[in-house]
This record gives sequence, C-alpha cells and structure tokens, in this order.
Amino acid sequence: MATWIQAKKTMDLKQQMEMARRDFPILGQLIHGKPLVYLDNAATTQKPFAVIRADTAYYETQNANVHRGVHSLSEVATSLYEDARKTVAEFLNAQSSSEIVFTRSTTESINLVANVMGRSQIGANDEIILTELEHHSNIVPWQLLCERTGARLKIIPILESGDLNLEAAATLFGPHTRMLAMTHVSNALGTVNDLAPLISLAHEHGAAVLIDGAQAVPHMGVDVQALDCDFYVFSGHKIYGPTGIGVLYGKRAWLDRLPPWQGGGDMITSVSFQHTTYADPPHKFEAGTPPIAQAIGLAEAIRYVTGIGYPSIQAYEANLELYALRRLLEIPGIQLIGQPLKRASIISFVMNGIHPHDIGTVLDQYGIAVRAGHHCAMPLMEHYRVPATVRASFAFYNTYEEVDSLALALDKTWSLFHP
Amino acid sequence: MSDLLALYQDIILDHNRSPRNFRKLAHTSHEARGFNPLCGDKMTLYLDVQGVNIEDVGFEGSGCAISTASASLMTERLKGLTLEEASRLFDEVHRFLTQPPDTPVSPGSQLGKLEALGGVRQYPARVKCATLPWHTLDAALHNRLEPVTTEAEPHANL
Repeated sequence: MATWIQAKKTMDLKQQMEMARRDFPILGQLIHGKPLVYLDNAATTQKPFAVIRADTAYYETQNANVHRGVHSLSEVATSLYEDARKTVAEFLNAQSSSEIVFTRSTTESINLVANVMGRSQIGANDEIILTELEHHSNIVPWQLLCERTGARLKIIPILESGDLNLEAAATLFGPHTRMLAMTHVSNALGTVNDLAPLISLAHEHGAAVLIDGAQAVPHMGVDVQALDCDFYVFSGHKIYGPTGIGVLYGKRAWLDRLPPWQGGGDMITSVSFQHTTYADPPHKFEAGTPPIAQAIGLAEAIRYVTGIGYPSIQAYEANLELYALRRLLEIPGIQLIGQPLKRASIISFVMNGIHPHDIGTVLDQYGIAVRAGHHCAMPLMEHYRVPATVRASFAFYNTYEEVDSLALALDKTWSLFHP
Repeated sequence: MSDLLALYQDIILDHNRSPRNFRKLAHTSHEARGFNPLCGDKMTLYLDVQGVNIEDVGFEGSGCAISTASASLMTERLKGLTLEEASRLFDEVHRFLTQPPDTPVSPGSQLGKLEALGGVRQYPARVKCATLPWHTLDAALHNRLEPVTTEAEPHANL
C-alpha cells in the first residue's frame, strides 16, 4: 500500500513538472537536429512565459523611471518596482522590505558588502573567513578588500566528499574574525552546506555573515530570519528570472550602520556642494536608475516558482538527481567529483582520458547543453587536481528521458575516444 | 554527427592518445609557453635549432584532444624545417584554421596531414584549442617569453 502511494506521488509529481515544462518556450527547440536537453541550469535557467510576458507588458504599457515625477506612468512603475521588493522580502522571510536592496547580480551584491564593510568595519589584521567551495565572485571581492585594508583571508577546507570540514572550521574563528562569507550551495559540486553551526560560530565571535544563495534559491526555500545570517545574496537569472537583477538582503541594523557604496541620484535626501544626506535603506544603496523591468520580472519568477511550490520542486529534483547519479555510474570511465552528503541538482564529473571540453563538444552535437570548465572555482579544481569538470545541473523542468539522453550520449563519447 | 567525425578524425584521436615528441629536450635553443586560462590548456614548446635548422622538437603540457593533437602533429612536422619554413608554415596553418569551414585548400598547400585539424572550423569555440600550439611556436620563433594565449581573440576569426 505504502509503495503504491509512493508510486502515485511520484507519478503526480512527474505529471506536474511535465505541465510546468510547457511554460518554457525555449525548451521546445532543436539543436543540431536533436531536441534541446538543457542541463546548464546552474549557469542560468530558462524563463517561463509569465516572466517573458511581464517584461513585454512592462515595456509596452508601464515603462517610466521610478521615484521621480508625479505622472501616472512613473507612479505605476514605482509601485510595481516597490511591490517587487515586497515580493522578494516575503520570499526570503525578511522582517521588512527595507532590508532588500536590488543590485545587478550576486556578484555586485557581494562587491557592495565587501566595499562598505571594508570602509567601515574591517581593518588591518582583521580576518575574513571563506570556504574552499567558493565561486570566484565570493573570493575576489574579499581579496580586493584585503589589499586595501591589510585584512587577511582564512579558508575553511573541504573533505574529499566535497563537504566542509567543520572541525577544521572551528579552529579558524578567533578574536580577529570580522566576517564569514560562504556559499549556501556549491556551484561546482552541488554541496548543500549546513549553515546553522557556522553562522552561530561566527556570531559567537562577533563576526558578520554573508551567505551566497545564488545556487540555493532555485532549489529550496530560504528563511533569512531562521538562518540568522546578516546578508543573503542571489541573482534573478538563476531562479527563472531576468539577467541584470540581483538581490542583497541585509539586516536593517547593518544597512543603517553601513556607509553608502555608489553615489548618485535616488540614494540621497538632499544634496548641496557642501553636504549630502543619504536616503534610508534600501535606497541608500541604489544609486541611479535601477533595473526596473528586471525587478518586476524577478518578482514574477518568484511567484511562478512558489506557485509550483518548493516541496514539489525538491521532491521531484531529488528523485531526478538520484536517477541521474545511478545512470551516470553505469557509464565506463566516469568519476564523480565530490560526493557530498546533501546535493542540490548539480553533478560534476570527469571521464578517464577525455578532456571535459571534448565531452562538452560531443554532447552539444546531441543537443545536450552542459558546462565544461572550471566553473569559476579554480581553487576547488586545484583541490581535486583536475583542470576542469563536466557539470550537469538540473531544474524541475528536466525529465527522466533527458537523463537517458545524457547517459546515451556519454556512452557514445566514451566509445568515440576509446574505440 | 558528420561534423563530429570531421572534428574527431582518427588521426586526431590517435595523436591525442599517443602524442608524439611529448618530452623535454636535452638541448633547447628556443622555448615558449602557451596557456588558455579559461580552458586550463597549457603547453611548453621546446626547439633545438642549430644554425637555421630545427633539429629536434618537444612539448609538454595538458589540454583537450584538439590542442594535444594539434601540438603533436605540429612537432612531427617541424623537425627538419628551417626557421624560415617553420614561420611560413605557421602563417599557412593559422590562415587555414581561421577561414570559413568550406574554404578549399589552396594549390601548392604545404598542409598535408595538418588538414585534419580543419574540423575545428565548424566549432568557433574550439578554434582557439587548435591554434594554441601554433601561436606558441610563433612565440618561440620570435623568442617571446610571455605565455601566449588564444582566448582573447574573437571566435572564428583569430
């Protein structure tokens, strides 16, 4: 009986996701005469009709600059833009929408925090803790900060599985720790980090915590109050929204305390040549005309994803991932890079004697899009002593049949190079 | 799949599996390095030139099948050429690899086996893999010490 219920649930989920797949017009096309199998979702996700239409509707009927002018269109655009902020605040369970700053991307969000922390909170001999799993975007801004201030980086190492070494992590925190900046989900291995113990540890040492959620939000609900992180950042385009929009969540107390980053219009209350007073958060951090259409598109994407529901997305993606792992391990010469306890729809692998770029080229001929490269995580590639990996990353719109296509094409790749 | 077979011809796969002249030389007169940081492909090329003649050639490094085979085929071909001939060969191969895919080979072409590299012309993102060893050769011939990269150049028309 229980098995039957389980089977029915799985079937329902499959049907639900097959229906959702039809919301993505790009997925119906052929590449080199083969149906597109899009498995590069960790790089960017495809967009549903709802997001595409929101963008079109905005430019056809609502376009105006925000927070300026009293004309009707400006009021419409302003209220859509500020509503988008509320949607993001509810999505992350922030205390207030004033804690949501719109940026260009995850990268820009991190650069913003690194810049203003470096100008006000972090100085010579202070320490910033990162992990070995970080994307270059959560390494380089902190290195730049260190160059400017004389602060130092400390790196939490990983275990061979691709999970963080929490014992080693505990030894890195000390009286000089000012900041912990770490990813929620590894973009290269798919590792889902257990954030709670590290966030508490950082707070016990009086350090602020920034979480890079770019690879997490497409796959799981996030509650910033439950996490108790000080900053949480993500990008619109990885969660089925437009490019050019990023989110910085910051606790209000932090946003009040920190100095502005860029200067310009929209971030001030008054300007004279002698003195300028800054707007309150979040506008203090949004100089210039913001990405308005993109913020509205992001809100639409969030409504779309929460409409499907994270419980369904997670259950479906977990099954699909297990199936993919099982199929991949049947293929000769495949070696998984990282076998974390918990992973989020990302599988990295190499094949004996075949360079990842050659695998990527062959798969493309079969209509299959994967990422082959170092995934902007060169220190991690160094750890595993590989120049690059092949990364297949999944979304809820991917199917079991697509996993079969991947497995078949990899089999053919193996035969081509090992005749 | 015909494009794929044109790219990964038997001779390419063979030179990838067993690269020729994959070694450091006992005596090196010219040396240059090639590195495509986005790909991770890297190679060092060694020439033993006596007078104007290339007496011996070797290379070391790691990369994809295309760059490895291109380097291997190149070293095989360079032995016995004069510096002048090697320089002319570089020009011809470079022109050949960056032409549109269906351009016919000119009469009097010196390419020979190297024509097998032409499959990359269907794959704009992979042209840089085939040209890396050749640009490294060019650097060696001109004694340029800075590592060479072919990534900065635009797709298809390096």
